[in-house]
Amino acid sequence: QEKLDMSTYPVESIRNFSIIAHVDHGKSTLADRLLEITGTISKTDRNKQVLDKLQVERERGITVKAQSASLFYNHEGINYLLNLIDTPGHVDFSYEVSRSLSACQGVILVVDANEGIQAQTVANFYLAFEAQLSIIPVINKIDLKNADPERVEKQIEKLFDIPRDECIRISAKQGTNVDKVLQKVIEKIPPPQCNTADPLKALVFDSTFDHYRGVVANIALFGGEIAKGHKIVSAHTKKRYEVNEVGILTPNEQPTHKLYAGQVGYLIAGMKEVAEAQIGDTLFLYKQPVEPLPGFKSVKPMVFAGMYPIDQTEYNNLKSALERLTLNDSSVTVHRDSSLALGAGWRLGFLGLLHMEVFNQRLEQEYNMSVILTAPTVPYKAVLSSAKLIKEYGKDQITIINPAQFPDKLSVSEYLEPTVLGTIVTPHEYIGKIITLCQDRRAVQKDMLYIDENRVMLKYLFPLNEIVVDFYDALKSLSSGYASFDYEDAGYQSADLIKMDILLNGNPVEELATVIHSDKAYAAGKLLCERLKETIPRQLFEIAIQAAIGKKIIARETLKAYRKNVVAKCYGGDITRRMKLLKRQAEGKRLMRKIGNVEVPRDAFIRVLKRETDK
Amino acid sequence: WPYCRKRCSYCNFNTYVVPAVDEAAVRACLVREAQTLLRLSQVHSVSSIFFGGGTPSLASPGTVAAVLEAVAAAAHLPAGAEVTLEANPSSTSTSRLAGFRAAGINRLSIGVQSLDDAELRMLGREHTAAEAGKAVEAARGLFPGRTSIDLLFGLPGQSRDAWSQRLEAALGLCDDHISLYQLTLERGTALAAQVRGGALPAPPQDLLADMYQTGRTVLVATGFRQYEVSNFARKGALSTHNLSYWRADEYIGVGPGAHGRFVPRGEGGCSREARVQTLEPVAWMREVQSQGHGTRSRMVLSSLEQLEELLSLGLRTDEGITHERWRHFSPQLSLQAVFGVPGEARALQQQGWLVLDSGGLRCTWAGLAVLDSLLPDLLWQLQR
Repeated sequence: QEKLDMSTYPVESIRNFSIIAHVDHGKSTLADRLLEITGTISKTDRNKQVLDKLQVERERGITVKAQSASLFYNHEGINYLLNLIDTPGHVDFSYEVSRSLSACQGVILVVDANEGIQAQTVANFYLAFEAQLSIIPVINKIDLKNADPERVEKQIEKLFDIPRDECIRISAKQGTNVDKVLQKVIEKIPPPQCNTADPLKALVFDSTFDHYRGVVANIALFGGEIAKGHKIVSAHTKKRYEVNEVGILTPNEQPTHKLYAGQVGYLIAGMKEVAEAQIGDTLFLYKQPVEPLPGFKSVKPMVFAGMYPIDQTEYNNLKSALERLTLNDSSVTVHRDSSLALGAGWRLGFLGLLHMEVFNQRLEQEYNMSVILTAPTVPYKAVLSSAKLIKEYGKDQITIINPAQFPDKLSVSEYLEPTVLGTIVTPHEYIGKIITLCQDRRAVQKDMLYIDENRVMLKYLFPLNEIVVDFYDALKSLSSGYASFDYEDAGYQSADLIKMDILLNGNPVEELATVIHSDKAYAAGKLLCERLKETIPRQLFEIAIQAAIGKKIIARETLKAYRKNVVAKCYGGDITRRMKLLKRQAEGKRLMRKIGNVEVPRDAFIRVLKRETDK
Repeated sequence: WPYCRKRCSYCNFNTYVVPAVDEAAVRACLVREAQTLLRLSQVHSVSSIFFGGGTPSLASPGTVAAVLEAVAAAAHLPAGAEVTLEANPSSTSTSRLAGFRAAGINRLSIGVQSLDDAELRMLGREHTAAEAGKAVEAARGLFPGRTSIDLLFGLPGQSRDAWSQRLEAALGLCDDHISLYQLTLERGTALAAQVRGGALPAPPQDLLADMYQTGRTVLVATGFRQYEVSNFARKGALSTHNLSYWRADEYIGVGPGAHGRFVPRGEGGCSREARVQTLEPVAWMREVQSQGHGTRSRMVLSSLEQLEELLSLGLRTDEGITHERWRHFSPQLSLQAVFGVPGEARALQQQGWLVLDSGGLRCTWAGLAVLDSLLPDLLWQLQR
């Protein structure tokens, strides 16, 4: 493959930009159109979400991983290099978004002409604003019947202080006015302020794993130049590498001789794991260290779930599937864990519930693995007061990831729970119901303001665990889908936490134990007991299903014993059928878990723990 | 005899309602298949014969006679062998029954099902309670001590009291054998659809358990012996034919959808096979005419499979499985060796559901009612 010469694009001809928007407002479609107009891809009907390469992304219509593409565009006689950095739109991935933005000098802010400003429009705007990027407002989907661009322009002016006449009205689907967007990008977004004469300073804003070539890191150069043979160092890991290949993405990999300051592309340098090229990291030349780019954060998981193979014989298969899947997703944290009940497994940390669902779906689709997922938990903390435990852990504050580790009240001076600051944008007719929902989730209102005649923005401080399971679905359902939600980490607060056990005939069921706020214990315990009653089959004796806090029982259901269970007729014709059924049941016995003397089917726990909406 | 005049609302058997039956053709095929299979099995002596269906009492006595003749010609049919005919009250006039007796029938099983007209209508039966009573009387006259009646309990909407009344009425007119069946709502039947759709209530589990207990207790108190999950007899009037199923004897199934368990020695076979005849009558007849028999499937049963059947069926009887009977199928591994060691069977014994002693392995009175909860454990233990 011929290598491109990137030296023909001086810094003044470069524009680095991103497209930001709320979910489904048309980010990826606009990206498709821009790729077409600049001839980067040929114009066909089949260009849909071109930059979304993962199956799960295409199915769900979301962008999970950031991608980038370099576009070449001639405008008024000058050849410009436009680097488009596509970003994940979902709230779980705001860190990735912020790192991608740090490689840009401007953004295209896309707003749906009917829906108007939504929670992530706001969140992403602030990210761009704080990064001091130029913002080009674009109102999309003007071709649809309910489009009201004028109303949206007013919202933009009021909320973001951007003059109405700067908005460009487009239809990304039909291509209307998309060329004006490109022109605005060139005119309004400044070129990068950097110098090829400076020492190399490259930002890693994403990375993927290729089986043949190793880690492919997406980089943006803030200074200097980089080429094959250069020796580089990672500011975070301090490891040294030799560059094998550099190039740009169009959106497929296109090797080049060099990459210069202000340009965006990829790099392959013999890294074996994506953990070696973490998002936000800085790369520099060996012996020429630079000040690392600000804003690098080690990944912080928000939701934890236990993951176990359905059968211990599948352990190794699951282990390699997890290893391969996390090769390409360094934001999943993995710790080995084990449960008396389920055997050896892992406790995985995700950026959010969507992240967890997507991960699970990819496990099933790409690796054909079905697993047992235990209840999602959040990282609670405990401030220890027992000298013995402090010595054991080596510190006085611990993070509780597995309910089995929950330290007793007597050994603790304070329990802490993680909180988030949530932003809800809703039409005003749903305010009452939403306020009730939030209060129900132990949230405290921090702000409420009208963003236009119809829409209200509410800010609430939520305990994280109250929103990780089904808050989003509940919000959507009581607002007929109109309310939107976004959140950011807001530190820890004191909480009255307890550990709730589930008992079957007095024996605890480990995988159903949860750490929960004492206000919510009764309701959760009752629900779990009821669900268990429906999923455990009747047996020859009565089964007491109880929820307990320590020794105190807080909820109970009783599953009565079988008094008759024998088929009425069994003559010639029935016998074969009977035997088949009986043998299947005998097989099923092998897969049963025995808790004390109670036989529980393996999938009973999954069914009980699954969210209501998933049933 | 796979034909009925109409399909009852709860029935999912292999039976057909047709405007006209070519009885001569069917008769010829039954005879032919009986001959072929008897030859194939090389059985010396036939201990019992059962005419089932469908509604066998709709066939003519001549057909019964023809089949019996064919059997007697192909093997030894002892004079006292039990020959049962299943009958519907609507085709059991005294004269008809006399005809059957002359043809060779010596035992009658009448599908009474219920002695309440409203219940009979819900079940889609062709007769009234009064007609059923008359039929039983006629049968007892011709087959004294050899008449059995079928009763159903657990009908949608049936109360405990209603069931007690049915039982009492039945005891008033029955002979010495009663089959008591819990109504099972089978998928695809009209009655099941009505319950699923909510037109009729589904009987709660606990009520069914109570009714069964009442039925058993009352019958035993009246002098009946519960010799199988659903079968009761007094004065020794057990059905030897049905016992042979539960003892895993050899039996030959003749006719559409009939099941058999025998060794095809005539072909040189030496293993017990599970066999089923073609279900659909027209197809079955074609096969019998061209090949002598219409066997749709045959499968050799491994020793484990045979033992599994013996276990699952034998435990349905009050006698259970004797050590001798077990030895016949498992000369190397005794009942004691499988179930007498620490394991599931031992636990079930301790809990009072099973007994393993010099008499063999059997259920206790309580265990019989929950046999299907015991079997998976026992089968697993046997497999190991």
